[in-house]
Amino acid sequence: MDVRLTTEQRELRDAAARLADGLGPQSVLALVDDDRVARAEKAVAEAGWRTLRSDGASGVEVALVVEELARGLVDVPLAGPLLADDLYARLKAAGGGAGARGEAAEALTAAAAGAATLAVGGVAADAKGMRALLELAGTEVRAGLVGATAEGVDLTRLVAEPAGPLVPVGELGADDAARWRALALVVTTADMLGAARGALRLAVEYAKVRSQYGHPIGSYQAVAHPLAEGLALVEGSVSVLRHAAWAVDELDPAAAVHAALVAKVYTERAARTICETCIQVHGGIGNTWECLAHVFLRRVLTSAELFPARLEEIDCGLS
Amino acid sequence: MDYRDSPEEAAFRARLRAWLAENAAQFRATGDEYWHQAGRWHVALYEAGFFGLSWPKKYGGHELPPVYDVILDEELALAGAPPRPSLGYLVHGLDRHGSEELALRFLPGMINGTERWCQGFSEPGAGSDLASLTTRAERDGDEYVIHGHKIWTSYSDVADWCLLLARTDPDAPRHRGISAFVVWMHQPGVEQRPLKMINGVSAEFGQVIFDGARVPATNMVGRPGDGWKLAMTVVGHEREPSTLGYAARYRKTVRALAAAVAERGAEPPDDLRWAAVQAEMLRLHVRRRLSEQLDGITHTSDGSLDKLLMTWVEQSVGHAALTVSGTRDPEMLATYLYSRAQSVMGGTSQIQKNIIAGRILGLPTA
Ligand SMILES: Cc1cc2nc3c(=O)[nH]c(=O)nc-3n(C[C@H](O)[C@H](O)[C@H](O)COP(=O)(O)OP(=O)(O)OC[C@H]3O[C@@H](n4cnc5c(N)ncnc54)[C@H](O)[C@@H]3O)c2cc1C
Repeated sequence: MDVRLTTEQRELRDAAARLADGLGPQSVLALVDDDRVARAEKAVAEAGWRTLRSDGASGVEVALVVEELARGLVDVPLAGPLLADDLYARLKAAGGGAGARGEAAEALTAAAAGAATLAVGGVAADAKGMRALLELAGTEVRAGLVGATAEGVDLTRLVAEPAGPLVPVGELGADDAARWRALALVVTTADMLGAARGALRLAVEYAKVRSQYGHPIGSYQAVAHPLAEGLALVEGSVSVLRHAAWAVDELDPAAAVHAALVAKVYTERAARTICETCIQVHGGIGNTWECLAHVFLRRVLTSAELFPARLEEIDCGLS
Repeated sequence: MDYRDSPEEAAFRARLRAWLAENAAQFRATGDEYWHQAGRWHVALYEAGFFGLSWPKKYGGHELPPVYDVILDEELALAGAPPRPSLGYLVHGLDRHGSEELALRFLPGMINGTERWCQGFSEPGAGSDLASLTTRAERDGDEYVIHGHKIWTSYSDVADWCLLLARTDPDAPRHRGISAFVVWMHQPGVEQRPLKMINGVSAEFGQVIFDGARVPATNMVGRPGDGWKLAMTVVGHEREPSTLGYAARYRKTVRALAAAVAERGAEPPDDLRWAAVQAEMLRLHVRRRLSEQLDGITHTSDGSLDKLLMTWVEQSVGHAALTVSGTRDPEMLATYLYSRAQSVMGGTSQIQKNIIAGRILGLPTA
């Protein structure tokens, strides 16, 4: 057993971290800086991270990239297209998609070119600039074109409705569908973990520079301890997520889903707590739109909901 | 001891319930719209005889026992109406520290809702450490001239008057150089900059820049240097759920969430049950506190305990809203996001705990 990252994995993570630090929005105002968004879009597209899975990357590598980009609140599509790409690859491998016509055929062509994003329940959560939608309903794959987009709860992603009803284009085997679900849980968990780490860093930096009563607020244990707890929660989350990310490709599908549910339930609680701490440490300013704290929180809330994991679903070996 | 209504209280409750059945529906209880209608709601409630229940008649109040506010909160929650206007802490501040003349001039308009108020205490550099405030008021003949920057000033955009803290003596020890004023907001030298909260509401609070605004010396509340004492009275009451009336808001949300769960035919999740228990605690806590006021007990540092309890309730309700509705219901999402501010406004939870530990428990400081 050796659950360390490989050298290549660490290099991939560092590359993603550099992109996030250089091109993510450093302020709420920067969210509407179109020039920055265009540069981030170009960089993510060139890195090829939306098609990591069809290029042979493991769940671990995918999770690392998603986590780092979320840490920097990078506001161009990644999780959606990544999951659509994996779904498309599975559809092809299962011999699906052949008889598609019209809009569905157009959607599959777009998917083959990496321009599809994922829909859940008929709505895409990560659709900025995307042309097509893929959805997995049970074991049935459905496809369609992107219709109207809108700003949602998450200020770093655009939601989209399909242009018309999504059309069935093929079936996956039950195992394949389960493995894909494990990946979806892992990707959304990595997204929450990244956002939580970003929020924690924001709060720690603020606690070093904001002074009240003549001392930096971080010198008060009431401020310092929740931040210290935040880091411990991050470490716990890293451990459950890394296992789940590995399990996507390495364990049998049911075990992979179980690992992913554990990771998601744990990380969701950790991430929400950390974001709430981040708001609290900022005081009044943390409750204003202009502070990035709520942008992290909103991203956590939407990624939590995208493929929800409920405690009751987890078999803890207790029953 | 009796938790039941007396015949007079029951009659009051019945009258109030009937009025709410007729009138509550036209007032929205959340969001920007709520803040915009807050003034109309206040006036309507007052004119119907249901606001200012325990305050002196000379200020336009009803001089009823304080427990009538519990009845008001309970019935507002039941009717799904907005909470009672929360300005009791300003009333207490002016009544206790201002001259009779000043109180008679300003309290009636504040209580009947014809004049709107805001509280200009916090500054960008002076939040928890309020005594470090740097807004200055300089004497010029019969007036003072104000320069400074206030922030997080709730309802500043609609306020006619501001209860302002400013430094009048820069050489005095910092707590003693502060005075309180009643400042007219509609004058040159007062600039408003709205702030948007994380739930998207922009009518809650704002920044106010005072650049040469003028206030007659007669509008000073108390004497020069009395500002800190007034501030402590105001924030003390601002921490009491019995003064604020927020209990109604929490119970209303719990009821709405329970209805949403029932509509789906689902079982209430644990988070919602817990929020219901918490909200019930607060209702009973307010009953106890208001009853204690019949003995003339006024709570000072105990306000910090109440504030902490209230914060836990609001944030439990917020979490229940998230569990039940997720981000799908914009109103419930806003309720959750707004709940995060409760541990900051009126003094943060960390500061409340410092006060409880130091002043009530008598624990030593490092
Ligand atoms: C919704 C809302 C409405 C408000 N309305 C008004 C209003 O109408 N009028 C008005 O004057 N003000 C108002 N306020 C301001 C409020 O009183 C301040 O935000 C609050 O006192 C905190 O100050 P701050 O924001 O500067 O945070 P800071 O004081 O900078 O605090 C930042 C963090 O440091 C912590 N901290 C600071 N000092 C210590 C310490 N000694 N020990 C431990 N921890 C510490 C705090 O708990 C917090 O977590 C409002 C605030 C909000 C959120």
